[in-house]
Amino acid sequence: MFMLQEAAADAAKTALNTNALLGAGIGMGLAIIGAGLGIGRIGGQAVEAMARQPEASGDIRGAMILTAALIEGVTLAALVFALLFKVL
Amino acid sequence: MMQAPDIGGMILHHTADAHEIAFELPWGGAAVIHLPRWDPIQVGGLAIDLSPTKHVIFMLVAATLVLATMVATGRALQRQRARGGAPKGLPSMIEAMVLYIRNDVAIANIGRHRGAQFAPYILTLFWFILYCNLLGLVPWGATATGNLMVTGALALTALATIEISGMVALGPKGYLKTIVFTPPGTTGIAAVILTAIMIPIEIIGKLVKPFALMLRLFANMTAGHFVILSLLGIIFLFGNVAVIKYVVLGGSIFFVLFMMALELFIALLQAYIFALLTSVFIGMMQHEH
Repeated sequence: MFMLQEAAADAAKTALNTNALLGAGIGMGLAIIGAGLGIGRIGGQAVEAMARQPEASGDIRGAMILTAALIEGVTLAALVFALLFKVL
Repeated sequence: MMQAPDIGGMILHHTADAHEIAFELPWGGAAVIHLPRWDPIQVGGLAIDLSPTKHVIFMLVAATLVLATMVATGRALQRQRARGGAPKGLPSMIEAMVLYIRNDVAIANIGRHRGAQFAPYILTLFWFILYCNLLGLVPWGATATGNLMVTGALALTALATIEISGMVALGPKGYLKTIVFTPPGTTGIAAVILTAIMIPIEIIGKLVKPFALMLRLFANMTAGHFVILSLLGIIFLFGNVAVIKYVVLGGSIFFVLFMMALELFIALLQAYIFALLTSVFIGMMQHEH
């Protein structure tokens, strides 16, 4: 009887842990979908702009890196929080 | 059945801070240096532990390397100029990087007048973060910038620089206007309500910038190490599977080498982005009206 109870408690704990891991994984995936869309758009438009005006490519590259870094920051914040909730 | 290797624990142990530095030896075992532990200092009810840790040691190494690089470069350039001729070799490369950060990052974003004043701060940030990032990629190294406290302290200096430079440049009245902001075109009761709504938003906006700087650097450096160590961990997961383990070994080592090359680039890029964003934020404060 006692063994059974212990096994049930263990199973419940594992299920909780698995759900937490699943949640962290889904959150990471969603954050990365958004970042991929955003940075892909920035990269595509920047390449297009450089093809139109090769002489302005230096300025465009700087603006591209800056904007991509801003998006990346938000995404990494989401990833860090997902990781934190997994660890905690 | 063999005990599954604890890869998650290994990864966390490798990236976390510690009171000892372990030099793992290729033939097994490790030479461990135990760092001294001092009693915490009591400030009011707060206990502040000032004993050195692994990341503190590696920050000191990075600072020493920055100092050594800059002093050596300066001396070499002086010697080469005195001989009459263009600078060449490693000093020339360092000079080009310093000039790029000074002219195209600091002066281009802060402005012609004040950019040169902030260039030493921006350059210090860039070189210190660059050396901290790169020290994590050498054998037995540790990434001090993969510690939230280190990046938080760097972001705090950025916050102080941004706000104090704004106070100096705009004056007390101009600086207050960056917090108590009335949207243009509003009058009467609408202006009062909108101003009251905008005050917390403006204050949060000031705090979010260094917070994002902190998280970006920390997450980039930590994520790179996590990916490399996870790829290495795959080898141990497949360690007792007959033939596939050699395929996994080859593939894993290929991807680790690729990630290492990418990490070299990211180390440079993140130092550049921290310097760039700090100077952009300083420039935004200077030209606030």
